[in-house]
Amino acid sequence: MTAPDRATLRWLFRTMVTIRAFEEKHMQEVNAGKPIGGGHSSIGEEAVPTGVCAHLTERDFVASTHRGHGHCIAKGVDVKGMMAELYGRATGACRGKGGSMHIADVSKGMLGANGVVGSNLPLATGAGLTAKLRGQGQVSVSFFGDGASNQGTFHESLNLAAIWKLPVIYVCENNLYAESTPVEYSTAVRDIARRAVAYDIPGLIADGMDVLDVYEKAGQAVERARRGEGPTLLECKTYRYFGHFLADDPHRYRTKEEEESYRARDAIASFKKRALASEWLTQAEMEAEEQRAQALMDEAVRFAEDSPPPSLDDLVTDVYVSYPRIKV
Amino acid sequence: MTTTAATRQITYGEAEREALREEMRRDPNVIIMGEDIAGAAGRQAQGFTDAWGGPFGSTKGLIQEFGAERVRDTPISEAGFIGAAVGAAATGMRPVADLMFIDFMGCCLDQIMNNAAKMRYMFGGKSKMPLTIMTRIGAGVGSAAQHSETLYSMLTHLPGLKVVAPSDAYTAKGLLISAIRDDDPVIVCDHKRLLGRRGPVPEEPYTWPIGKARILKPGKDVTLVGISLMTTVCLDAAAALAKDGVDAEVVDLLSLSPMDDEAVLTSVRKTQRLVVVDEDTPRCSLATDIAALVADEAFDFLAAPVKRVNAPHTPVPFSRALEQAYMPTPQKVVDTVKGIMG
Repeated sequence: MTAPDRATLRWLFRTMVTIRAFEEKHMQEVNAGKPIGGGHSSIGEEAVPTGVCAHLTERDFVASTHRGHGHCIAKGVDVKGMMAELYGRATGACRGKGGSMHIADVSKGMLGANGVVGSNLPLATGAGLTAKLRGQGQVSVSFFGDGASNQGTFHESLNLAAIWKLPVIYVCENNLYAESTPVEYSTAVRDIARRAVAYDIPGLIADGMDVLDVYEKAGQAVERARRGEGPTLLECKTYRYFGHFLADDPHRYRTKEEEESYRARDAIASFKKRALASEWLTQAEMEAEEQRAQALMDEAVRFAEDSPPPSLDDLVTDVYVSYPRIKV
Repeated sequence: MTTTAATRQITYGEAEREALREEMRRDPNVIIMGEDIAGAAGRQAQGFTDAWGGPFGSTKGLIQEFGAERVRDTPISEAGFIGAAVGAAATGMRPVADLMFIDFMGCCLDQIMNNAAKMRYMFGGKSKMPLTIMTRIGAGVGSAAQHSETLYSMLTHLPGLKVVAPSDAYTAKGLLISAIRDDDPVIVCDHKRLLGRRGPVPEEPYTWPIGKARILKPGKDVTLVGISLMTTVCLDAAAALAKDGVDAEVVDLLSLSPMDDEAVLTSVRKTQRLVVVDEDTPRCSLATDIAALVADEAFDFLAAPVKRVNAPHTPVPFSRALEQAYMPTPQKVVDTVKGIMG
């Protein structure tokens, strides 16, 4: 493939380092005993939301998972609001009521992280229906893991989107583990993309440790969707460097050698090498991006810490649209 | 039921694990399945086994004794494996299915509601459904809206399902053994905040009958009915009330369906006042059900209106400040009781 233009390359790098900086800061705050909620780190998987969301605008839709911080950032959700949400503050993306597993910003087309595995696929399918009915060329993306591909919702969603030719891209982040359960045990096929055959839609495989490969394959899927030709299943082979959740020790179910083999192909480090060798971006430009991301996270934590908790009145608001408060 | 003075202290979670182990030894038809109930599935040859032993450690160590045939890790497929447990139960096995959080009931409710709960009735009594589902309920651990629900009221609403909610290690073991031996589908609701609490538990197998409540503290002035973790809230409230000269009786409901109506009614007829403490949301809840029962059967004995202390009618908020306000507390119970002591 030919490399994307310089502005895109820069956005890809900026987005990946922002995601990683956010996740590292989150982990650091949790380990420091700050009053912040835990969560599921997406470190290692940054190339996938980045390479996919590079093709989207705010008018497109994304539905995310419990491991959703990267999807939010790549879709343009404000990082300060995300950090404040993890702190449960009134200034959080969900006013402190959602937390890590439910960060959303509907104004940015981000339909929410989701705490139930496989739960977002029908949602993204419905957003695809909206897009199709409105006829304005919007597309919808569902991010989900290898584990979710064994839920009925995966199969029902792909079939529905296929028969209705909905503009949906189903992005499977195959990181090899559903919690502690290896994909080779839980899943009857080696390549989840093969499941597309059952719904007569394209099934693509991307190297989820290579943002440019994800970018290229996602581009094909998004273009197909925007042309009105229907859904695509895009499997990105990736890896989470840490446990299922922050306190999970992954060495109870996988080897350090396996981890090393993926870290050796780290998406950010390998992009840097290529960017330098191909003169896409300079060392100074990339360092500036990394410093920018760090500064943004420091600012986000200060913002969160300086923000008040929600008012107790907020406990009973927003259950229904039509009542400001409900009777307790 | 035997409780000896010298009984060991173990946690609620350990008591459940012991119940599973004893029942699996006793009956080869007892199997258990669920997500990560052992963990690292299929990697024994690489030196990995029992990586998690269940998301809460409830099944730790079972795969070593009973093997992967009887301790079955499943894919994340709640409709599939809960439904498979229903099918296995209908055909002679005695499965225990582990549903990580009751919130995930949404993924598999069809199998529970339309198959497990109805087959015996629909088939004219010609089938059995010896199925146990273990699941985790409750807020207060910062897990937000989709991992903190209580929801047992929803299951209690369905005829054909038995629903129990132990309140300590002793009742956890006794009720789980009863559930496994029962020929009907039983949902065992375990509060996350009870799992690590220690209590006296006999080593030998024993049962606590499904449908039987217990009086944890006798009293004469007001009846507090507690469910699961709320039973401990009732006990704390009763201790606080005692300092103000109010003698509260604490009824630990334990079984939600069938329910020990007589235990509640007998207590209310004596104390003439009732406060039900229920962490589930208030509309169509156990608390409203018990209030209706007492209105029907003991109205003439009441000296004050029946009161309910529930969570507010909202999803569970994430923010710590809001979540603390969400939970029923001893103080809320004390305040409620004081409002009806005239």
